[in-house]
Amino acid sequence: MKQTKAPYFFIAPAVILFLIFTAYPIIASLYLSFHQKEDGVYTFAGLSNYTRLLNDSIFWTALSNTFIIFILQVPLMLMLAMILASVLNSQLLRLKALFRVSFFLPAVTSLVAYSLLFSIMMQDNGLFNELLGYIGMDGIPWLSDSVWAKLSIVMAMTWRWVGYNMIIFLAGLQNIPEEMYEAASIDGAGKIRQFFSITVPSLKPIILFAGILSTIGTLQLFDEPFNLTGGGPGNSTMTLGLYIYENGFEYFDFSYGSAVAYVVVVLVAILSYGQFKFTGDKS
Amino acid sequence: MRQSTTKRFLGKLGMYTLLTIFLIISVFPFYWMLVGSTNPSDKMISSPPTLTFGNQFMENLVNLNDTVGIWRVMFNSLFVAGMYVVIALIVSTAAAYAFAKFKFKGRNTIFIIMILSMMIPYQATIIPLFQMMSAYGLLDTYFALIAPQLCYPFAIFLMRQNFLAFPDSLLESARLDGAHEFKIFTKIVLPSMKPALAATSIFLFMYQWNNFMWPLVAIRTEEMYTFPVALSTLNGVSYTDYGQMMMGISLATVPIIIVFLILQKHFISGMLGSAVK
Repeated sequence: MKQTKAPYFFIAPAVILFLIFTAYPIIASLYLSFHQKEDGVYTFAGLSNYTRLLNDSIFWTALSNTFIIFILQVPLMLMLAMILASVLNSQLLRLKALFRVSFFLPAVTSLVAYSLLFSIMMQDNGLFNELLGYIGMDGIPWLSDSVWAKLSIVMAMTWRWVGYNMIIFLAGLQNIPEEMYEAASIDGAGKIRQFFSITVPSLKPIILFAGILSTIGTLQLFDEPFNLTGGGPGNSTMTLGLYIYENGFEYFDFSYGSAVAYVVVVLVAILSYGQFKFTGDKS
Repeated sequence: MRQSTTKRFLGKLGMYTLLTIFLIISVFPFYWMLVGSTNPSDKMISSPPTLTFGNQFMENLVNLNDTVGIWRVMFNSLFVAGMYVVIALIVSTAAAYAFAKFKFKGRNTIFIIMILSMMIPYQATIIPLFQMMSAYGLLDTYFALIAPQLCYPFAIFLMRQNFLAFPDSLLESARLDGAHEFKIFTKIVLPSMKPALAATSIFLFMYQWNNFMWPLVAIRTEEMYTFPVALSTLNGVSYTDYGQMMMGISLATVPIIIVFLILQKHFISGMLGSAVK
């Protein structure tokens, strides 16, 4: 490789666009979060936006809702995805392609489209409750009860993302040599034992990858609560993402909205770092 | 021997039952979406539930078009996503090539900063972006919808991975022949990158096609609606026409499914960001 000016021409457009539309907004919103608008000008306000957060009950509700959804949804989804992937990885299986494509199908729908589809199915006298009626069960207040509304979001998100994560795991499984399973079954290890002592440990780096992707996604959760539950009932499905939007674009309090956004930035950093530590991955 | 055959049979039966249940759960909502687009609104919340096609297809389509101008919405979505893919692909491919195949001052620093920026949630940039677009009178324009994520670091990362595998010796011999750097890039390197370019295009397309929060903020008038924003406005506070909504959801979803079924491999590796080959 020789020294030329060529590389600067190749990266120039990307760098310019990055500076204007990514770097500047990231810094500007940090700046905003330490300022407040008074008589039309932003003046330095120290930590006042952040101290306001501490006494804001809606913020704490949004934070805890986001965490409840995160803690229920991510492990459930990753677990299901891993089970489906290891079943599909079995060599004897027929119709593999059909199953793989069908499970992936929900992942090609737009977040708004599937949220609205689920909102119709989850109406009080909608499809879900009618089907429950067929097996003699009472209807469930999917969207009108504060606990069920969160679970409904978890269910819908799981439907949308299981197949996507399954494909990630399938790719990882293909790197595990079949002999390991054969050796284990000669030693008398059953399928379930094999799953926990071979499959899960071998997939560790991929679980980390999928886990971090899901963490970033869930902490920014916006499309689903906006379209499926509207944040309700009450504020029972208010998320941090929804709260940023409300402050920024319904109350036009840009400073406060930016402070909430930076809470999300810090949480993503902490949780991603925690997952690195937890799975003990060296790379 | 006998016992193990029975056990194996039961194991297989269990496996297929599990898979079939998940298959139905995955696919049924799509069927019901199409059913909904052909039925009147009240049939979607009726007892017993409606599970077969009706004859309201045209009515729903006409009503939907009256409410949000669905052809305009479709054009906007395709235009915005299409322009975005073309420009973002050129920008990220060129940058990725430089990162992979040249040594220059600041290379690693710039690359690492871009990669780290992916950890910052997009929502943290939306408020300043809004102020910026508003200050220059650019809200409610195609520019506002297309410009913000044109430099998508993940796309650069993906393309860079592919360029790294391209043999340096080919570049060197072209340089010895006196070929211009730009020619080498477009005539020698790019033609061998078609699968990577296809996957990255799909990644970028899906990002923009599904983008919701930013268009919701940046769009002011109905003429500029993209699919996600238009669909979301159908969800009324007091009354929602489910027939129209199902028609809208179907129109936004079916074309993507068809492309997905045709281009499965590219599509999956594109959507996963080629984490998977």
